[in-house]
Amino acid sequence: MKVLIVGAGLAGLRTAESLRGAGFAGEITIVGEEPHFPYNRPPLSKDALANGLTIADLEFKRRESIADVKWIFNDSALSTNYAERSVLLESGRLESFDLLVAATGIRPRELNVPGAEKSKFSLRNFTEAQELRASMLGAQKLVIVGAGFIGCEIAATARKLGINVAVVAADPEPMFRPLGAEFGRAMRERHEAKGVKFHMNAKITGYLGGDKATGVALDTGEEVNGDLVIEAIGSLPNTEWLAGGGLDLHDGVLVDSSMRATPADEVSVYAVGDVARYSFDLFDSTPRRIEHWNLPTETGRRAGKSITHFLNTGEVLAEPVNFVPSFWSDQYEDNVQSFGIPGIADSINVVDGELAGDCVVEYLRDGKVVGVVGVNTSAKLAPYRKNFQESN
Amino acid sequence: MKVHVDMEKCQHYGQCVFEADDVFSLGDDGKLVYKADVDDSRRSDVESAVDVCPMQAITVE
Repeated sequence: MKVLIVGAGLAGLRTAESLRGAGFAGEITIVGEEPHFPYNRPPLSKDALANGLTIADLEFKRRESIADVKWIFNDSALSTNYAERSVLLESGRLESFDLLVAATGIRPRELNVPGAEKSKFSLRNFTEAQELRASMLGAQKLVIVGAGFIGCEIAATARKLGINVAVVAADPEPMFRPLGAEFGRAMRERHEAKGVKFHMNAKITGYLGGDKATGVALDTGEEVNGDLVIEAIGSLPNTEWLAGGGLDLHDGVLVDSSMRATPADEVSVYAVGDVARYSFDLFDSTPRRIEHWNLPTETGRRAGKSITHFLNTGEVLAEPVNFVPSFWSDQYEDNVQSFGIPGIADSINVVDGELAGDCVVEYLRDGKVVGVVGVNTSAKLAPYRKNFQESN
Repeated sequence: MKVHVDMEKCQHYGQCVFEADDVFSLGDDGKLVYKADVDDSRRSDVESAVDVCPMQAITVE
């Protein structure tokens, strides 16, 4: 019995560990497109950018139980042959499987406007963080396209290094979709107090510069220029290699609560981490693809357990998803932390402090708390996570 | 088993608290406190805490 895990990030790692933890004794192969063992990505926009961490600083500890896993680095999946149960890799190598796990994560989305071919920076992997750091250190001013978490964290890191920053984004406020307009406005004001210049509700009509992009043109005729451009406008799930198997690949791989993408009587395909879409049963039944810190671990653990159950019994494990999405974001001295799904709320209630300072903010939908976000208040958030799991 | 948290790395997110609240907790000041000597029967949950630490600051011997 061979489990092939495509993707050597946190979710792939946790799946392998969980398989071994649940007693799976068969073969495990993990394919990763980078030359590295799984490593911690959140520091890429913070410490790695500010202080130049090495890959050894970032690598996850790997448990003894997965010492016999076969790793294939510098290779990625091109296509899947469901009838033959094999995956064709970019190197030309054909990797067979009995059971397939998609852990291929996401890639940065790119803006399709005139000048898009000019070289820009993005930040998703270690190499990109190294390249960005090297160029940033010699720059006077960055133009950051996108005001999500990554854009805002890069802005904060750059300001700490004394580099000027302009943020250009289509949304009305930073972190608008996950955290809403009011919280976003308060975060923008924190950034503005540190000297970041925002161009919100902006429509970019093109990238400016020579071979290298150095700015953007807006539909108002305005130009925003700097020394380099960083694109951070969200992500696309890496699912193209899974085509042809009848899977629902609309925005990631649709899976059930056992992380399984296929019916029990068909070839076994599972998906974990940022590429997986499923319903968060504590909140509602709408399948969502959420890219938060704890979910690669939660989905990897669930997959290892449910795969082993399936192999032992021939039945799909039916256990509701009890994961509470959680993320944090460090911007300047402020620590933003979230539990639940604040992005689905219709109103907010500041229950502690105020938005401009340290605070606890409840996010409500139809009067029910669906998320909580705090700034420098992690100890006060802990009870909420428990409540999500106990009251639902 | 011995639990160690690198307090230089720890940012007091408290993710570990959810995995093993008898070992890790956040004080009223929001700072992490933890037990360094933990019974081996708690190994599985403590290893889960090691996994979920955003700063990867926890080690177990």
